[in-house]
Amino acid sequence: MSAVAFTGTSVMDIDAAKIRGAGSNVHFDKVSVAYGAHVVLHPLTLDIAPGEILAMIGPSGSGKTTALRAVAGFVRPASGRIRIGATDVTDLPPYERGLGMVVQNYALFPHMRVEDNVAFGLRAQGADKALIAERVKDALGTVGMATFARRYPRELSGGQQQRVAIARALAVRPRVLLLDEPLSALDAQIRRNMVEEIARLHRSLPGLTILYVTHDQTEALTLADKIAIMRDGRVCSHGPTTELYRRPPNRFTAEFLGRANLLPVTIAEPVGSKGLATARHGDSVLTGAGRDEKAGDKSLLCIRPQHLSLTADAEHTNRIVGTLRDVHWQGELTHLVLDVDGTPVRVSATKLPIALPEPGARVPLFFAPTDTSLLPEDSGV
Amino acid sequence: MLVWSRPGRIVLWVLFALIFGVLFLAPLAVILLSSLADQWNGVLPNGLTTEHYTDVIRGAAWNSVKASLITGFLASALALVSGTWAALSLRLQGHALKRLLGLLFFIPSAVPSVSVGLGLLVAFSHPPLLLNGTIAIVMIAHFVLISAFTFGNVSAGLARLSPDFEQVASSLGARPAYRLWHVTLPLLAPYLVAAFGLSFALSMGELGATVMVYPPGWVTLPVSIFSLTDRGDIFAGAALTMILVAATLVLLLGLERITKRATGA
Repeated sequence: MSAVAFTGTSVMDIDAAKIRGAGSNVHFDKVSVAYGAHVVLHPLTLDIAPGEILAMIGPSGSGKTTALRAVAGFVRPASGRIRIGATDVTDLPPYERGLGMVVQNYALFPHMRVEDNVAFGLRAQGADKALIAERVKDALGTVGMATFARRYPRELSGGQQQRVAIARALAVRPRVLLLDEPLSALDAQIRRNMVEEIARLHRSLPGLTILYVTHDQTEALTLADKIAIMRDGRVCSHGPTTELYRRPPNRFTAEFLGRANLLPVTIAEPVGSKGLATARHGDSVLTGAGRDEKAGDKSLLCIRPQHLSLTADAEHTNRIVGTLRDVHWQGELTHLVLDVDGTPVRVSATKLPIALPEPGARVPLFFAPTDTSLLPEDSGV
Repeated sequence: MLVWSRPGRIVLWVLFALIFGVLFLAPLAVILLSSLADQWNGVLPNGLTTEHYTDVIRGAAWNSVKASLITGFLASALALVSGTWAALSLRLQGHALKRLLGLLFFIPSAVPSVSVGLGLLVAFSHPPLLLNGTIAIVMIAHFVLISAFTFGNVSAGLARLSPDFEQVASSLGARPAYRLWHVTLPLLAPYLVAAFGLSFALSMGELGATVMVYPPGWVTLPVSIFSLTDRGDIFAGAALTMILVAATLVLLLGLERITKRATGA
């Protein structure tokens, strides 16, 4: 086996790392990127643990792709350092960073067969033929494309091309896999399948560290161990996926990561021993999961549409009343839009009463205190 | 379809046939007929003969074909290398510098070819750069005149090339030279072949500069044609023109086949 050479980590080293199941961590240390006077990424400090999938999500222009490109070495930070494992890669060229990258349009080399595409990285690094053959077979097998080895990219569907692109990135046994909106070019059905396949892939390669950039919250929620939500070149929230979804720290996160109903409330009693605070919304007294709110604080009570019910039970102890405005049936789900004292509230329900109320009717809604989260009213970011 | 009515389409086709026939086909047909004409006193030739072809092939025609093909091939190859190099280098520069240098590259194509020939003649007629009377000065003249077109073609190809290909290649560990050879150039192949074909065709037909600088013994086809017609030997000039057209066509068709094979089109 010829070991070639990423600075700091050779093909052999990466192999060994894989056998031990230990991937590399990525550390952003106050990394900023600017084009002239225009700052596109404000100083970013962030860690991706070995073997973790971190999804960076945010609207267009939020800086998520810039952060990924800084790791890849395609943009030079204006300040700060980037470390992959123990190596400071800030000043290394992209070909010495030991990464694998998958992009939105696959970028398979059209003049090469599938097997040559997958072998590209190893050949570029001067690996020997036996190793290349073995790795190509493994990588294509991992993504279920072994029988397509002799085809050209133009003979494959979009989903198949994306699998080959992933196999190509995996074949070099990267320290970190960078996925830049990898599923955006696929249609909805194939995208759903591919999300599941990437999740399965990561389960089979638990040591692989993945930085996944997307604007699709479903992909992020399905795949990521942690999520960083970007806005205007800054991370506006970062944390474990379920935590961020259940307890969004600010309004932008609540609204960007899934749908959220945000009821303006005034804190009546601060958080007690069970982590619940009492708040008033109009005449309703509501209980919600709080943080450090004080009595009299203006706050927002975040309730996900699927956590609102038209019927009361032992858990759904909070009650608000709204005027039904619209009903949208979408097959698996029915969406109700209500007006609760001037705040639009959306309910997503799989089951509804047989006699659905007519638009204009006053409808009571119930929800459990533990399904809510209080956030500061002025928390735009 | 822009025109829906049948009469409208007929009018357009007739108009197209007239323009194409008068501007493109008629001159070529006249040259073809001239090359085969025994005598031509009326509207059409009085009789047909292949005698003019026999004459020019027996004469210096083969040497002219050889001179034109070698000049065209070498000048085009050189223009292709330098044009590609320039296009690849300029891609990395800032917008203003890229525009300025790009414009400079196109200047020779905006200057009359006779002036380019004259300029080279003056520049290379004194030591230490004494190239006057050599084949090299013909090559240089052709190179100067065609390089802008190779640069333009390759630049257009590069502009259409997604940076993702090269970036993904880099991230996989490909160093710049490996990436250039295995990714960038193969992806540019159709543009490189087109650039070479265009340069070659332009070189094959180049007269203005060549006539100023050509040495004895390196008479290209256009210069031979010009000499023959200048002497009043129109029919021989026409026969030589058809040989020039045929040689250029054969090469361009060959290049097209290479492109198709390379791209799998």
